[in-house]
Amino acid sequence: MTTIGAVSNSLLYLNGVSVSFDGFRAINDLSLVLAPGEMRAVIGPNGAGKTTMMDIITGKTRPDTGEVIFRADTDLTKLDEPAIAALGIGRKFQKPTVFEVHNVWDNLLLALAGDRRPRFTMWARETGEERDRIDEILTTIRLSDLRHTRSGDLSHGQKQWLEIGMLLAQEPQLLLVDEPVAGMTDSETAQTAELLVEINKTRSVVVVEHDMDFVRALGVRVTVLHEGSVLSEGSIDHVSEDPRVIEVYLGR
Amino acid sequence: MSRLSTSICIGLILVGVALMAILNLATAAGAPFHVPTYAISLVGKYLSYAILALAVDLVWGYGGILSLGHAAFFALGGYAMGMYLLREIGPRGVYGNATLPDFMVFLNYKSLPWYWNGFNHPGFAMAMAVIVPALVALIFGYFAFRSRVSGVYLSIITQALTYALLLAFFRNDMGFGGNNGMTDFKDIFGLPLQADSTRVGLLVASALALCLCLLVARYVVTSRFGQVLIAVRDSESRTRFLGYRPESYKLFVFVLSAIMAGIGGALYVPQVGIINPGEFSPANSIEAVIWVAVGGRGTLVGAVLGAVLVNAGKTFFTGAFPEFWLFALGFLFILVTLLLPKGVLGLLQKKTGGRV
Amino acid sequence: MGCFVTAFLAMTDGVVPPDPEGDVMVSIHRFLAVLLVSLPLLATSPARADDAPDPFIGLASQNFDIVANAVSALAVSGNPQAGATIAAIEADNLYVDAADDGAPKILIKQGDAYIDARTGQKAADINEDDVNSVRVNNAVRRAIEAAKGGMDLFAADATTRTKAAEKVFTSHDAAALPLLARAIAAEKDAKAKLVMEQAQAASLLTGDGGSDAERIAAVAILRARGDVESKSLLQSLHDQSKPVATAIDAATSSLARIEQLWSVLQSVFYGISLGSVLLLAAAGLAITFGVMGVINMAHGEMVMLGAYTTFMVQEVIRTHAPGLFAVSLFIAVPLAFLVSGVAGILIERCMIRFLYGRPLETLLATWGLSLILQQGVRSIFGSSNREVGTPEWMSGATQWGGLTITWNRLTIVIFAAIVIAALMAVMRGTSLGLRMRAVTQNRRMAAAMGIRTPWIDALTFGLGSGVAGMAGVALSQIDNVSPNLGQGYIIDSFMVVVFGGVGNLWGTVVSAMTLGIVNKFLEPFAGAVLGKIVVLIALILFIQRKPRGMFPLKGRAVEQ
Repeated sequence: MTTIGAVSNSLLYLNGVSVSFDGFRAINDLSLVLAPGEMRAVIGPNGAGKTTMMDIITGKTRPDTGEVIFRADTDLTKLDEPAIAALGIGRKFQKPTVFEVHNVWDNLLLALAGDRRPRFTMWARETGEERDRIDEILTTIRLSDLRHTRSGDLSHGQKQWLEIGMLLAQEPQLLLVDEPVAGMTDSETAQTAELLVEINKTRSVVVVEHDMDFVRALGVRVTVLHEGSVLSEGSIDHVSEDPRVIEVYLGR
Repeated sequence: MSRLSTSICIGLILVGVALMAILNLATAAGAPFHVPTYAISLVGKYLSYAILALAVDLVWGYGGILSLGHAAFFALGGYAMGMYLLREIGPRGVYGNATLPDFMVFLNYKSLPWYWNGFNHPGFAMAMAVIVPALVALIFGYFAFRSRVSGVYLSIITQALTYALLLAFFRNDMGFGGNNGMTDFKDIFGLPLQADSTRVGLLVASALALCLCLLVARYVVTSRFGQVLIAVRDSESRTRFLGYRPESYKLFVFVLSAIMAGIGGALYVPQVGIINPGEFSPANSIEAVIWVAVGGRGTLVGAVLGAVLVNAGKTFFTGAFPEFWLFALGFLFILVTLLLPKGVLGLLQKKTGGRV
Repeated sequence: MGCFVTAFLAMTDGVVPPDPEGDVMVSIHRFLAVLLVSLPLLATSPARADDAPDPFIGLASQNFDIVANAVSALAVSGNPQAGATIAAIEADNLYVDAADDGAPKILIKQGDAYIDARTGQKAADINEDDVNSVRVNNAVRRAIEAAKGGMDLFAADATTRTKAAEKVFTSHDAAALPLLARAIAAEKDAKAKLVMEQAQAASLLTGDGGSDAERIAAVAILRARGDVESKSLLQSLHDQSKPVATAIDAATSSLARIEQLWSVLQSVFYGISLGSVLLLAAAGLAITFGVMGVINMAHGEMVMLGAYTTFMVQEVIRTHAPGLFAVSLFIAVPLAFLVSGVAGILIERCMIRFLYGRPLETLLATWGLSLILQQGVRSIFGSSNREVGTPEWMSGATQWGGLTITWNRLTIVIFAAIVIAALMAVMRGTSLGLRMRAVTQNRRMAAAMGIRTPWIDALTFGLGSGVAGMAGVALSQIDNVSPNLGQGYIIDSFMVVVFGGVGNLWGTVVSAMTLGIVNKFLEPFAGAVLGKIVVLIALILFIQRKPRGMFPLKGRAVEQ
């Protein structure tokens, strides 16, 4: 059962969101509230609608019904991807989508928060501030030595980290992270968990994951999605003991 | 592509053209090392094509927009120049009419159509050579990019655009010379077009324009704008999620390249002495793309190289084995796409270990 | 008959008072009386021509009106010599020998000799000095014209009578009215009678006679006839009395509406014809683009190959088996399918498959191929147009109301429908079609399920090119066969695919028909070229709303 908090205190407020694709109901009356500074893990079987939910929040897909409100004052359904990104919502994708042709430094430079308009980028010169910022991020994501490497040449795990770095560079208020540890080694997974907790100190995060150990390591509230709506919500222990969740994951 | 390669290219162009100029004007015809006048105009033509190729490389090599109608902007610039040159003839035309060009007298026009006003001023005409392509690009690009038309669909509608313009300019009642186009120019800026000095002057102007365009293009692609543009080319939706609006970037570079193409066209017309609606044909635009592909797309210098190489080849073949040219061109298309995706420059790069 | 006339003459002797000074006038009047009285009598018994008084007499008169009347009388007399005599007057070959015995000889000059007009036999003892030619003026000429038509009005055959009535309708001379009246009275055949009545109405309105009621009735008859001629005739009438003018206005506007309706239908027919050609040309492209995501710029050349195949087939037939010409197209169609199909498979295997996943490069490579193919054909066949003939059964046209339907275009429409139906059957009903659709929707999944995608690609390309080849056969019938044939249709084919989307063959059908009809509707207003420009611009704007066409492929796997 879900409890809907008041809109006014929330960072992200989804209420009764539904969307269908060609008759298939991908999201079905979904409601979810995120408080400022919170980190939430979203789990669920394949096809539950996790990625679609992210698409809706970031403006890639428009819902058929429902409210999607950011910071209690902005209706996200009326904006497109660049506008939503400019508001301070950043997204990391399942598959790393770094700019392969550019090197690590340039990837971060492009992601750096700042004026996105052509008239600005045409005359922009790298400032000392920007250099410092990128250095900082490089340290955080452990890629300082690889700053001039073509990002297409990085390993899979390194690409994932670069993408997290790009996310950080945007300085978002809300991070949407889609399966950050897919394909990572155990130690990398542990490091990523640490990193996300660290990030959570200053920003809100929504993490979609399959890896239960990782979710446990995060130690946060968990939302279980199933067939486009919320099935269960609470601590990892609470939801893993919920009979409905067990049925969905394991079958009767 | 490096800053070095563009600098070398610019240097070569300037030196080469200067040499040609001196060898044409300072030596007499028949003397050793004399560069004949037809060669002057020929190279001038190649250089104006190179500007078009540069424009295509900018939108395709860096922007990922395969425009199959870029020759339309080249032709629009050409027509602006043609209109100025026709008005320059004044009363010296076949029919002796001071205001109306010959073709208008022939078609029984009573007066100059309103849109011909001002083309007797060189400044205005030059401005139009740049403004008209820019405007067409702006309007077309605004609608095309905003609706997120991409890939093959976009290429097809660029082809449709130039085809529509082809049909329009072919009509005799449009007031642009119809299927005969504009020709028999007499002089430019008061200088006779047939004179060696004028031709050399045009060659030098073309070289300077090309170098200027190279510098501008280089600045654009190495700036942060260029970084974003390349990112848009490779992963457009990713740039959206980063907060960029790909439409604005594409539109800007599309308009800029249209301006360049217009300049190329304006320089082309006085050197070949004619402009006709055939310049709008989709085949011309597609050929421009192959120049870039042959040279090596996404390198700027490759565009210039490809334009010169392919057109030199065309001059040779159409002179020696005319029947063979189209076969050769066709094979070139296939060869470059199958075996030389990075063009000649890419080949050189491999040979020299990446230091181009 | 003769006695009757004599008796009548005797009676009228007393009617016309003797006038010593007006002797000539009296004779004229007497002649007139004879004619006016005898004409109705003549008309009621055309079969008894041998009994009738001599209509030739009037021809000898100096008075043109009498001559004109004589011509008319001669025409309706049914006299076997009438035709020759009237033709002679027209050709200035009729002469009069004013003999002294009061019965002037009417002579037709033939070479140096004279023939008696009455008998058709050679005339004897003709003195050149006594012979004068029969002169004509406009009144006589009109009578001759009407007579020629008029004679046919009484012909034995109903079809000839109808045709004659049509001619009178077209000439609509008021002078024909009396003739028509008699013809109508005698007419038994319904169709012929109707046309005669129409002719009568037309002639009446052209003149000034008739009461308002009669004229209004005539207007109604013309309105009922409803063709372009009636309408223009009605429109040409000026200065009519109020009620008649009102009737005319009502009739002309109603006819104008009907005319507009027919012209709309004509445009629709031409639009469907053009649409069917576009459909044939574009269907193959839609399939290859849908399944493989490649735009084949050499597609137009596949069409061209089909057209040249037709040419070759006809050449062979011309030289070896001329009798087979009527079925030449039936031979050409499967052959063209094979030629272009095999070409397509070769192209796919030798070139396209190396460019998999790079649609823009494929576009360029196939453009190069199209240049090679065009130049190749040019080298072999020359660059001028080649003669491809249309078999007998496909030639000509038929009229359906105000609609002209040419057989060749209709055949192409039917052909296109058959081809599309066959294509749909292949796509829906065969296992090849099933596999093709699978690859279109999700290539990787299809491959994972064991579908041999390279094979499917090759066969798809072959199928698409084969259909284009068949389109070439159709095009050879309505367009010039030259190496540039493909170039003329490639842009249009692209438009069809872009507009219709590739998700569905129906999309291609709707798109082709719409573009064809819109094109043809714009043509009368804007001309063919401007119409094309408008369509192109409209398409560019349409793409704003639907970047992937009307019937796009949907689903996540499609987002390439």
